[in-house]
Amino acid sequence: MSYLPKPSVRHPKLKRNALGLTHRDYEGNLSTLCAGCGHDSISAAIIQSCFEMDLPAHRIAKLSGIGCSSKTPTYFLGQSHGFNTVHGRMPSVATGASLANRDLIYIGVSGDGDTASIGLGQFSHAVRRQTNMLYIVENNGTYGLTKGQFSATNDYGSKAKKGAINPYQAIDLVSLALQLGAGFVARSFSGDKTQLIPLIKAGISYRGFALIDCISPCVTFNNHDGSKKSFDYVREHNHAMLKTDVIPEKEQITAEYDEGTSVSVTLHDGANIHLRKLDADYDPHDRVAALAHVQKVQAEGEIPTGLIYLDREESDLHEILNTAAVPLNALDSDRLCPGEAQLAEINQALR
Amino acid sequence: MTGSTPQISSVNEFVIKFANVNGSGSASANQLFAKAVFRMGVPVAPRNIFPSNIQGLPTWFEVRVSEAGYLGRRGGVDIMVSVNPHTFEDDVKELGAGGYLVYDSTARRTIERKDITVIPIPMTRLCLEEFGDMPNRHLFKNMLYVGALAALLDIDVEVIRQLITEQFGGKTRLIEPNTKAVQVGLAYAQQNFDCPLNIKIAKSDSVGDRIMMEGNAAAALGCVYGGATVAAWYPITPSTSVAEAFERYCKTLRVDPETKENRFAIVQAEDELAAAGIAIGASWNGARAFTATSGPGISLMSEFIGLAYFSEVPFVLFDVERGGPSTGMPTRTQQSDLLAAAYASHGDTKHVLLLPANPHECFDFAAQAFDLADRLQTPILVMSDLDIGMNNWVTEPLEWNDNRAYDRGKVLDYEDLEQAKEFGRYLDVDGDDITYRTYPGTHPSKGAYFNRGTSHDPYARYTEAGDAYIENMERLRRKVDSAAQFLPEPEIYFCEKKSRFGIIYFGSTAPALSEAVEHLYAADIDVDTLRVRGFPFHDSVAKFVEDHEKVFVVEQNRDGQLRTLLANELSADPEKLISIVHYDGTPITAEFIASELTKRTGPRSVVPLPGPGTRKVS
Repeated sequence: MSYLPKPSVRHPKLKRNALGLTHRDYEGNLSTLCAGCGHDSISAAIIQSCFEMDLPAHRIAKLSGIGCSSKTPTYFLGQSHGFNTVHGRMPSVATGASLANRDLIYIGVSGDGDTASIGLGQFSHAVRRQTNMLYIVENNGTYGLTKGQFSATNDYGSKAKKGAINPYQAIDLVSLALQLGAGFVARSFSGDKTQLIPLIKAGISYRGFALIDCISPCVTFNNHDGSKKSFDYVREHNHAMLKTDVIPEKEQITAEYDEGTSVSVTLHDGANIHLRKLDADYDPHDRVAALAHVQKVQAEGEIPTGLIYLDREESDLHEILNTAAVPLNALDSDRLCPGEAQLAEINQALR
Repeated sequence: MTGSTPQISSVNEFVIKFANVNGSGSASANQLFAKAVFRMGVPVAPRNIFPSNIQGLPTWFEVRVSEAGYLGRRGGVDIMVSVNPHTFEDDVKELGAGGYLVYDSTARRTIERKDITVIPIPMTRLCLEEFGDMPNRHLFKNMLYVGALAALLDIDVEVIRQLITEQFGGKTRLIEPNTKAVQVGLAYAQQNFDCPLNIKIAKSDSVGDRIMMEGNAAAALGCVYGGATVAAWYPITPSTSVAEAFERYCKTLRVDPETKENRFAIVQAEDELAAAGIAIGASWNGARAFTATSGPGISLMSEFIGLAYFSEVPFVLFDVERGGPSTGMPTRTQQSDLLAAAYASHGDTKHVLLLPANPHECFDFAAQAFDLADRLQTPILVMSDLDIGMNNWVTEPLEWNDNRAYDRGKVLDYEDLEQAKEFGRYLDVDGDDITYRTYPGTHPSKGAYFNRGTSHDPYARYTEAGDAYIENMERLRRKVDSAAQFLPEPEIYFCEKKSRFGIIYFGSTAPALSEAVEHLYAADIDVDTLRVRGFPFHDSVAKFVEDHEKVFVVEQNRDGQLRTLLANELSADPEKLISIVHYDGTPITAEFIASELTKRTGPRSVVPLPGPGTRKVS
């Protein structure tokens, strides 16, 4: 039951981060998802990432839509404000929230039904607008809370638990985001923490729209033979294109990177991202090539994962709209209200 | 003009209607005509009656000129300016006996009617002769008839020249040909007719310090003054100009003078759902935010309105109503979203409505809406309509007091949280049904909560426990009902004698209704009136209904939606609430109201309009 608090006993020797906080300080309530659900691994990865990045949790806002995935913000970052919106509409609420206070970090958690079906329009437009947020799709190809219907990301020819074969083409959120101009596009797998955590860190650091399409098998309704989003299937077909390391600004770069096979990017907040190429001749800064490569790998029946595209020119909606450096929600009436004398002038001009 | 033709003679008291083809630039010329009358100190009410189309369909523009200050639609037409050959015959029919027909006589017409004065002006031919070498010469036809009217109605042509200069401010090359078109029309009228006519304008000081403004622009300016920083919208007639005016005002009033950065953010969203979502997201995060829409948008936003109601996120919504249902009559006016707005969304909900009747109130109520939203932590819907929103009204000057502070409601900051023993987002600490909220990012370890549309306990934790759900729902009901005390009070007028009859109305019905009531008084029919300005209803509304034998509810929709609200919300006998509705898409007229009320208040003669001494047919 999610409203039962977790036991507050903490081991005195728990590792502390630069803020003096332990991993436990980033946790939320107990999960009510099914045992073994991929979504819980993603929540754990978010907790780990924020702990390791020394982020004050209250400076993060977490938003979600409706569905199993969208319940998860209750299970991480208990000191963060959260907003569980309506089905498929998290992107617009996140856009508004981000406009009101540009100084917070926005993490949106959504599912494949929430993003690719009912929310496809809102998702697309949040990408177009470069809403500054990390958008994680916990993608299991199925409607879990309503017990196992196909979703729009369910792969063509995939088998449902009760035996039906999906006759429709899947919506590929990675390709869509690339086409719509997302600055940061990644795909990962809830079962691959070593890949997912650096991606979450990089996505949080990135200024602009960052997508992680995270395949997260549904253990109850979509983890059987014949399903193309089962743990076994994804493990067998996982095609990592890049390996991502994120090094915070304050840390020394110790690993050695071969310039021929790695790319280094410094983000606006000073974090360094190192991308080690696993596919030769793949340039993660070329949008057109990235799109083509993803299509090619997918056509071969593989699932491309890793940081697929990174636009080094970080840009967001605030830049487009030229909004004030002071968050809009912090402006007082002196800076908002033009006042009596100004109104007298306006009246005069209307005579 | 023969001596035997009856002619209306009137100074500063008449209705002139322009019949044009849309997309021909006529609206701005007609607007300029109205502004000229206004500048001469005579109250005027222009109304654009236009099609849902960009070019080529019939469009009308009606201007009520009224020294007495009647700014509603009167009904009937005294001068018809007919520039659209396709509607010519109907337009001639509509003109009242003794009226004047000004028409484009480039193609001569046979006019059967003998009871009107015909003033043929070959507008197209004159334009061809004078502007033959200009690509858009037909556009000058409009300014040409404005010039002719200046002569015919004795309008100071200098006022018109001044307005042209103001209108084309930066585009000096347009000033000269437009001024010339006015001169051509003026000269033609002077040479061919006895100017001025018996119907005319005379300089006056009846306007006082009033201004001329559209309701949508006033609402937008109210948002600027009310401290709104985030606006999200989706284009829809007739609300589009709220967002556009907000942007225009922000660009002059809200840009940081040093950094040139914007102290506002405006997003044209992908649809109305997203527009509502953006406004709600921004409000949850502590900015003042709004969206503007019309009927179809209310349908689309309803789920979000329910979320904001249930999770208690303030936000402001402008509904500039138009003819429904479905796509309905998108460019015609109605007051038909009242019920949809009052109870928007599934489940048990009720929302606070503000009902402005003119641009002055659009400004006031817009600014006030943000205080109310923050105070009550619930959506506030400002219900305007096309008539108020898109027409230029002569209205009282806008007012602001620099001592006025924004009421941000119950928000705990860092210090408050430091002091607080416990925080429950939905914990009714003060016993007034309004709870404390926090903005994200306030405190490292206190005040965070999960805002949700699922049922929750006082600590914002998910619960399906029936008693917690009921407790919360009852508190929400009490909270919204308590709003009545904060809302603008109804405007009530009692006639001198005690009357059995009451009239309840709201919004754009106001000016036509006031005029109709004056004429009822003149015919010794006593009625009391009450204009509703907010919902939930103030106690005085129930008392007003109680105190009258019959209450006429006058409104602009088919089903008597205000009547339904009154019957539903007050413990009043529905039998005594009598609906009088006007919903053909045009603004309600004083003639219509007077005639309906006369029929229903007793066996009396129909009251003639308008009142004594202002206008006569001889």
